[in-house]
Amino acid sequence: MSLSRRQRLRLVRGGVYAATVVALVLILLAVDWGALGGALFKWEIVRDQFPDILTNALRNTVIFTIFGFIGGLSLGLLLAIMRLSSVKPYRWFAATYIEVLRGIPLLVTLLILGFGIPIATGWQWPNPYIQGSVPLALVAGAYIAETVRAGIEAVPRGQMEAARSLGMSYTRAMATIIIPQAFRIIVPPLTNEFVLLIKDTSLISVLGVTASTLDLARFGRNGVNDTANATPLVVAGLVYLALTIPLTQLAAWMERRSKAGRR
Amino acid sequence: MTDVLVRIESLHKRFASNHVLRGINLEVSRGEVVCIIGPSGSGKSTLLRCVNMLETPTEGKVFVDGVELTDPDCDLDRARTSTGMVFQSFNLFAHMSVLDNVTIALRKVLKQDRATAEEKAKKLLARVGLAEKASAFPAQLSGGQQQRVAIARALAMEPKVMLFDEATSALDPELVGDVLRVMRELAEEGMTMLVVTHEMDFARGVADRVVFMDGGVVVEDGHPDQVIGNPREERTKQFLANVRQRD
Repeated sequence: MSLSRRQRLRLVRGGVYAATVVALVLILLAVDWGALGGALFKWEIVRDQFPDILTNALRNTVIFTIFGFIGGLSLGLLLAIMRLSSVKPYRWFAATYIEVLRGIPLLVTLLILGFGIPIATGWQWPNPYIQGSVPLALVAGAYIAETVRAGIEAVPRGQMEAARSLGMSYTRAMATIIIPQAFRIIVPPLTNEFVLLIKDTSLISVLGVTASTLDLARFGRNGVNDTANATPLVVAGLVYLALTIPLTQLAAWMERRSKAGRR
Repeated sequence: MTDVLVRIESLHKRFASNHVLRGINLEVSRGEVVCIIGPSGSGKSTLLRCVNMLETPTEGKVFVDGVELTDPDCDLDRARTSTGMVFQSFNLFAHMSVLDNVTIALRKVLKQDRATAEEKAKKLLARVGLAEKASAFPAQLSGGQQQRVAIARALAMEPKVMLFDEATSALDPELVGDVLRVMRELAEEGMTMLVVTHEMDFARGVADRVVFMDGGVVVEDGHPDQVIGNPREERTKQFLANVRQRD
């Protein structure tokens, strides 16, 4: 049997398509849709999630995310500048901080800071928002630092030289010339960091929360316990998507636009 | 006695094992236009960058208007306001309008208010023929226009000496003329200029003195008609022959 390369390729591809269709049909037929829908997306339960899921859970997730992001961005900017500093101890400190905080799972850092510190020192976190946001910001700062550093390094060297040649100090040049341009470069990756942070807030609930400070994930989990049905988790997942999809699309759009602009 | 504005004394610069400048002595008088020519890698750009300390010399001294920039106690940020620099790659601030490019140092370094700075910037932009481009962004301008904005930006600080680092080397041939015209006018107005260039016609027509560098030393230093027209040193002859061949 002699088939040309192209004929053989077409045959293989046709086979893969056919097998996929058959598999999908079998799954569609095998699944008990009524039972699945009843367990994962029961209308009465979906309805019961509102408005609390928005007014309480979503609100808390957004609060944790924004506190975490603002803290993480400030810390990340500071760490990035230290990492690029000519002062060696600054560089070492920033490099070590970034390595350590990125190398430990967020869950472990949350537990150490949220529980470990109060146990070790007797000091108590003033409120659950701070207890959750501060560890989140400390870890986000380590990730954002690397993003900001990449952005600063992507600004052409001549920009700093031009600024210095006009008599600007290093700090002034950084603040007015380099960092504004670096931020333009890193807006898309920074948006992605923000999306990661939204999802990471779901870990904060391990610290134990009061009814008024529970986040989307915990709200969903509690809902499962209350209703003996998985619908609340599915609804929580959908609310997460309503937050994250527009943002990732925005980041992708900005990335495409900046690539087009550079041409 | 002439009024020396820039004095370079036995200047050395090493990059790791690469000995780029090997003992340069050079003086530029007030109002003088000095062109530095030489093959690539001869150290002429490095020399220019040592004059405003964008490169820190390994040895030797640099004085501008009596201030020693190589003194460790020298306030470099302040000293650099008396040296304007124009770069091969323009280096306009990409996130700012043309007007802001010219005013930013006036506002942030000299602490002038926006209105005063903008009035001055507009005059300078008119002088380089770009008054109507004040609100444009660098990316919207041609290379020649960007370089003229860069000249206006440097002039805004009212420097005592202007340093040109191959200001026309990155330009398309048809855009070189506009930039050279601005530089020529500046020279005619009496600005002290230290110009690293490959434009032999400019050097010959505008410079008061031409310095030929090779291998990190000054090989020949004299009147343009002599250095370019009738060089004494073999290396200078060789270089000029190569340049002419290229044209």
